[in-house]
Parts: sequence; structure tokens; C-alpha cells
Amino acid sequence: MQIIESPALSAPNGKSARVIVVSGRIDQSTADLFDKALKPFLDTCRNGEAPLIIDFSGVDYISSVGLRVLMLASRQVKSQSGRIAIAALTPVVAEVFQISRFNLVFQVFATPDAAAAALSV
Amino acid sequence: MKVRFWGTRGSIPVSITATDIRAKLIAALIASRDRAFHHRDDIEAFIDGLGFDVAGSFGGHSSCVQLITGHPEHVILDLGSGARPLGQAMLDHFGPGVPQTYHVFMSHLHWDHIMGFPFFAPVYIPGNRVVIHSCHRDVERAFRRQQAEPSFPVRFDQLAAEVRFEVHAPDTDINVAGMTARARLQQHSGDSYGWAFTAHGKRVVYATDSEHDVGNVQQRAEVIEFFRDADLVIFDAMYSLAESVSVKADWGHSSNVIGVELCQAAKVRQLMLFHHEPAHDDTRIAGILAETRRYEEISREDQPLEVFAAYDGLVHPL
Ligand SMILES: [Zn+2]
Ligand SMILES: [Zn+2]
Repeated sequence: MQIIESPALSAPNGKSARVIVVSGRIDQSTADLFDKALKPFLDTCRNGEAPLIIDFSGVDYISSVGLRVLMLASRQVKSQSGRIAIAALTPVVAEVFQISRFNLVFQVFATPDAAAAALSV
Repeated sequence: MKVRFWGTRGSIPVSITATDIRAKLIAALIASRDRAFHHRDDIEAFIDGLGFDVAGSFGGHSSCVQLITGHPEHVILDLGSGARPLGQAMLDHFGPGVPQTYHVFMSHLHWDHIMGFPFFAPVYIPGNRVVIHSCHRDVERAFRRQQAEPSFPVRFDQLAAEVRFEVHAPDTDINVAGMTARARLQQHSGDSYGWAFTAHGKRVVYATDSEHDVGNVQQRAEVIEFFRDADLVIFDAMYSLAESVSVKADWGHSSNVIGVELCQAAKVRQLMLFHHEPAHDDTRIAGILAETRRYEEISREDQPLEVFAAYDGLVHPL
């Protein structure tokens, strides 16, 4: 599991969004690492700051512990009046979101650009 | 050993409605278009191909499961509303003149798990013996209270059978009806207990009304140890994972996804989804079963785990 920040994306209205790209498996053995790596990005994702987009295109699998980390992340950002979204799920991870019904909990976008356009209004 | 399911619904019994049956008939008739049925066998084969949600029903009785081990004393897990047809089947099979002994293992004392007891016909017949095994100290009070005025016309003291309560400590082996049974404390309002049964080299775990806290590493390790190498785990899969960690966190139930992950980690052979959400119809439960099987494929690391969804009337051989 790895998180790398990629260049900020600008939405059609000129505002920008911060993008991080996650890759690998997020399961029992890596969820803690995922949690810790995500933390600094969450702390700055607050009212008035750029929204955060988590690009999941490199994630092959996520289990319940990983989904829990995402849920806590979304809760923290909401409490800070920030904005967060997930983008570019691989087909298998999209299935896991559907089966676990996490697709009903998170805003999931097809691409980081689509997420930036939706969040930067 | 065989496991027979008499009640598989969570929280409250439900019944199939006229609207549900009409929808099944319409689906079946649409599927039968342009087909000719010359013999009864043709019809039976067609029905078998329809899918359980169209041709059958998961049923609506609350929790009641029977372990059939070949031992002359009977073993029952919980006494939800499924205990009524179970009691009737016992009387039909053995006749009222041949006294029987029933060992009942209770997960906990919530209403949906005790409500079938006053309708379990063997308790009205002298000579029968019912032994209720529980880890709850107030088990007898719960059973007496549901038959006290003004809730029921027949008081507990008026029952003709001998009814005895045995309170056990968890994490201790007890030997009953040719089996070894062992309870484990679970996370549920007012506590619940999972039971692991071993007989004839087979291991069955009954783990209903149990919440699994996804972030709790120690609890996870304990559950995996309890499930370890089981031939069958009967698992509370009432909610979706998202519900169980968000709006329905602390409601005391678990999900299909957690069931798969725990059983895979414990190298369980078969997972039986149980305690179905009362708001779900047959199509929804069949869909959840299909999704659970797919999740098992996605998350599988070594040996496959077979996944089933329990239904009232299912006889599951091990
Ligand atoms: Zn229940
Ligand atoms: Zn309960």
C-alpha cells in the first residue's frame, strides 16, 4: 500500500483540488499504514482549503478494515467542514463498494477530473 | 451430522404476502413462455431452474435451528417462532406417548429468540423433558415472564413437561447429547453467546446476534479462534457492512462481508448467512447471497469457502 500526492487539479471554474493516488492492497495487514498515510491529508482538508480527491486507480483490493478507514476519514473531513471524494475505482474495488454498500456512503466519481469539477463549485 | 433450520429471520417473524406471491407467479409465467410441458417432470425441472427467490421462499420464522446428530436426545438452538413447526414435527414423528428429551442452547434472551417456547407443543405433554442451556443468569426469569399475566393465557407453572434451566460459564466445554458444546461471549445489547458444537468429528458454530467491531484487533483474533476450522458457521448477516459501521453501529448485528472475512481467516469450510433482515424480500436475500459468493471469490487467499443463505425448512448435511 502506498500513497503519493500528484499535482493539484483545477476545476473548470479555476479552483483547485488536491489529489492523492493510492495503490496496492488495503487489508488487515496494510489498513493501519493506510490510516497513518492518509492522516496528514485529512488534517488539512477543512473549510476554505482545497477539497481532497483520493484516486483509487491503483488499488487492487480493499477489505472491511480499509473501508472503515475511509469512513472515519469522511467523518473527520465532514466535522471540519471540508470536502472529500473518491475517484477511479478499479472494477473489483467498485464491486466491493457495491457489495458492502459503501457506494451509498461515499461520493464516488469515475475520474479525478469529474471529482474536481463536482467538489470545486 | 445435519443442521435443520426452522426459523432464520432476524428480530421479528415476517410472512410472505399476496403481493409477493403474485410477483413470483408473474416471473414464473414469463419464464415459461414458449415452453411446452408434457409431463409433471417437465414442470418440476422448469421450477428447479427458476431460482429460489421465484420458486421458493426464505421464510419468515425467527431463530430456531436443530442439530441432528443421531443421538436420542434432541438439540435445538434458540426458541424463536420456528420452534412451533419444530415441536409439531417432533410430535408427528414420535407421537405424544413417547417422551423425548430436548436440549436447547440459547444465544440470548431477546424476544425473537424465546417467543416460540409457549408454542413448542412438547412442553404441554407430561413425560417430556426440556433442558434449557444458557449463559444468562436470568434465563428462567425471561421464560417465566413471557408467560406471566397479562401476556399469555398459560402460565409457565402449568406446563406439563419437565422444564429445567442450566446456567453455564462461557469458555468451558460441556458434554450434552453426545456432543461437546462451548459458549463464547459476543458483542450484543444485554450480551449474547455464540456456541461451538463438536460431534462425530464435525464442528458447527452458531454465532447469531453478534456485532463484530471492524477496528477491534483483539476481538477479531478471539472470534477467529472460536470459528477455527469449523465445518459450518451460522452467522448473523443482517446488515450490509456500510450499515453495520455507520447508521446501525452498536445495534448488535453483523454483515455478510465480515462473515466471509472471519470465516476465511479461520479456515472455515462453509458459511451460512442467518438472521435475515425482516425488511428484505426473497429477491433481496437471494441477491445478497450472490453478492456474498462473489465477495468470497474476490477476497479468497487459499481454500474456498462455500456460502449459503439459510431458509426455513433447509436441511443442511455436513
Ligand atoms: Zn435476534
Ligand atoms: Zn438480539
